[in-house]
Amino acid sequence: MKSSKQKKDLLLDIQNISIEGFSDEIWHPIIKGVNLQLYRGEVLGLIGESGAGKSTLGLAAMGFVRTGCRFTSGSINFNGKDLTKLSDKKKQQLWGTKLSYVAQSAAAAFNPAHRLINQTIESSLSHKLNIKETLQKEAVQLYKEMQLPNPDEIGERYPHQVSGGQLQRTMTAMAMSSKPDLIIFDEPTTALDVTTQVNVLATIRSIVKEHQTAAIYITHDLAVVAQMADRIQVLRYGNTVEVAKTSQMLKSPKEEYTKSLWAVRSIKKKEQKSKEIILSIENVSASYGSGPKVLQDININVPTGRTVAIVGESGSGKSTTARSITGLLPPTQGKIIFQNRILPMKLSDRTKEDLRKIQMIYQSPDTSMNPRHTVREIIGRPLSFYHGINKEKNTDKVLELLNMIELDDSFVDRLPEELSGGQKQRICIARALAAEPELIICDEVTSALDQIVQEGILKLLLKLQHELKISYIFITHDIATVKAIADEVVVMHQGLVVEQGSKKEIFSPPHPEYTKLLLSSVPEMDPNWLNKVLEN
Amino acid sequence: MSKLHPIVSTLLKRIGLGIISLFFVTLIIFSSVNLLPGDFVESVLGQTRTEESVKIFRKELGLDKPYHVRYVNWLTSAIQGDLGSTFSGRNATYANQPQQSTARSVSSLLKPRLFNTFFLAAMTAIIAIPLSLLLGITAALYRNSIYDRTVNASALTTISMPEFFVAYILIIYLASINQFFPSLSNVTSSTPFFERIYLSVLPALTLTLVTVAHMMRMTRASIINLLSSPYIEMARLKGISKTQVIIKHALPNAWAPIANIIAFNLAYLIVGVVVVEVVFVYPGVGQLMVDSVIKRDIPVVQGCALVFAVTYILLNLIADVISIITNPRLLYPK
Repeated sequence: MKSSKQKKDLLLDIQNISIEGFSDEIWHPIIKGVNLQLYRGEVLGLIGESGAGKSTLGLAAMGFVRTGCRFTSGSINFNGKDLTKLSDKKKQQLWGTKLSYVAQSAAAAFNPAHRLINQTIESSLSHKLNIKETLQKEAVQLYKEMQLPNPDEIGERYPHQVSGGQLQRTMTAMAMSSKPDLIIFDEPTTALDVTTQVNVLATIRSIVKEHQTAAIYITHDLAVVAQMADRIQVLRYGNTVEVAKTSQMLKSPKEEYTKSLWAVRSIKKKEQKSKEIILSIENVSASYGSGPKVLQDININVPTGRTVAIVGESGSGKSTTARSITGLLPPTQGKIIFQNRILPMKLSDRTKEDLRKIQMIYQSPDTSMNPRHTVREIIGRPLSFYHGINKEKNTDKVLELLNMIELDDSFVDRLPEELSGGQKQRICIARALAAEPELIICDEVTSALDQIVQEGILKLLLKLQHELKISYIFITHDIATVKAIADEVVVMHQGLVVEQGSKKEIFSPPHPEYTKLLLSSVPEMDPNWLNKVLEN
Repeated sequence: MSKLHPIVSTLLKRIGLGIISLFFVTLIIFSSVNLLPGDFVESVLGQTRTEESVKIFRKELGLDKPYHVRYVNWLTSAIQGDLGSTFSGRNATYANQPQQSTARSVSSLLKPRLFNTFFLAAMTAIIAIPLSLLLGITAALYRNSIYDRTVNASALTTISMPEFFVAYILIIYLASINQFFPSLSNVTSSTPFFERIYLSVLPALTLTLVTVAHMMRMTRASIINLLSSPYIEMARLKGISKTQVIIKHALPNAWAPIANIIAFNLAYLIVGVVVVEVVFVYPGVGQLMVDSVIKRDIPVVQGCALVFAVTYILLNLIADVISIITNPRLLYPK
């Protein structure tokens, strides 16, 4: 009896699906025979790192493959219809009615040329589910449920006129507009700040529950999925690693790989103090052009040989601080004192030695390296610029640096495109080290990387600091990374320094208002975490 | 202080820049025209000239004054709408009796020619712009299909051929073998409207063929460029049909580059069609300018060049305005 009931409730049944993508003139497998079952009203978390195939699988659940991809075998049964065999016309009738999609970046997924309300009701209107006036009223009702400000008027705005969190909620309202049976959420909160993420997660969860909609929730963040999903399916290299109920998966993950997904959370640097100060920023203010002040009278001290983590959300002024220190954006007020000497504000007024001693590593190694230069040229450039070691003689030094970042000699003649993301970031570290700096500013250096790769990079940075006594300013929005690497922490918010202190001081109460909000917004593995946060 | 709407302030800025560039253009026009080899007076008076008659004639035309004085005189009267008098409108035999000279004003010479040129340009634009938009959109919709390839190949063929060659081919097939249209388009100011259209069909068709390729390929490229945007994928996943996705989601975001290329081609239709005018003996500004250069009739050359410059600047201004009003990010600031 029970089995027949389950059969009836089975909404989506993906059997042994394989998908290939075309690149470099050949077809590569992306999904290699994955099964996935979803029952009515259930939320399934799909988790894995970049390249695991989770987005491809999520889109496949709608019967959609991106251009340059194709189904090779298997079936996708949705409500008794095999989506792999339906014509485009038939699938179009399902999309936007029974099947909806919520994309990762709401800012990019909304058409900049149309008002929000028209985009919200577009699919229902084009499928003639109802007349325009009724749909608009329903949309306003959904905006209310999603707790958007001014639900009656917000629809008249264009995408660029509302914030990222509001857009993401509008997109969920758009997906709900046709009252679908299944919604695919593709990393809906990844692009948001943690404090914004909490609200979006809460509204998504309540609306899905309220309307008894089934959902596939795709993310790389285990703590997020723990709040949202009834069951979790872990993917890697296009295969299923394991599937289990959420509570069970968190309590006792079976596979090694699943355990490694929270690798960074396991590094805990022991905090060390230092009396000497290498860099101090005194009453610095800065602005872009004649715009408003992006930094307002900030004070930060960096102890020699230690790591100061600057943490804050987008727009808090973290990166601007880095630009001010390096002289790329000369401060309008204040002093920057480096090794007991006031640094000239402007980059052009600084000596070569000043420049050499402060180096930067950027978030995206893809865009911070010249794609036509080999590793030898990339690392060799600062060697010749700062130390006058010419091209013929620099090989030994380049190899030594490669050795320091734990890459072997074979990398020396490779181009950036022949390296993985983690390897690229290591080359960027080597390039910074080549100048033999005293201080390295790391701007979100691990944000674009997978958990395991992040762990490797952080361990390398810690090792280098231990060996070379370099000081770091580590800019990040990720609290787990701060815990892993910092000695001291600076919390920034809207161009102000909220507080600076040792890691222990910052992470233990009492907190200033904003630090409290920031810390409480970081998702935890506990599936009840979101409930607790909302109660407070 | 009340804040101007960004459109108004951008527009004011562009107009200001347009005026400044126009000023530099007048400088360039004046100096380059005066650098032309040869001398009007000497060539008109011919072998029979005496030193005395040359001097008198020069004085009458104002050519005895230094360059900067002549420039300032020309510029100040041009600002007031007076482009001066032609050199060659006078009869050389009057050269010795300046009081009786019957010089024609440049404007009176330019006006009917300008009307003809605008007429031909408008007629071409009315055919070419909708046609190239339609071809561009459908080519983007069925990209890489046989249709797309055919449209692309034929557009490229017409653009690769010299325009006079296209013109002669049309004459052979549409005026000579089949006598549908006249091969001479010698319209006058008294030609009735419909006859004027009939006479202008072949030059308009020639110009359509040489301009469609540009605009169509830009339309196609601008749309295809947008098709990989996440919001296009989103629209498809909302179950919107492919045609609707292109028309409602891609095209509204592609207007800026399309408007630019259209402005560029319209400008070409006004300033660059002298070859076609010559083939069809069409009395447009291009011919007038070339004739005046041959005759070294400096005021007419300057007048034509000035009109061309104003056309260019105005059309680009319009393209800028279209880019702004089709972009809600600029139209409705935060």
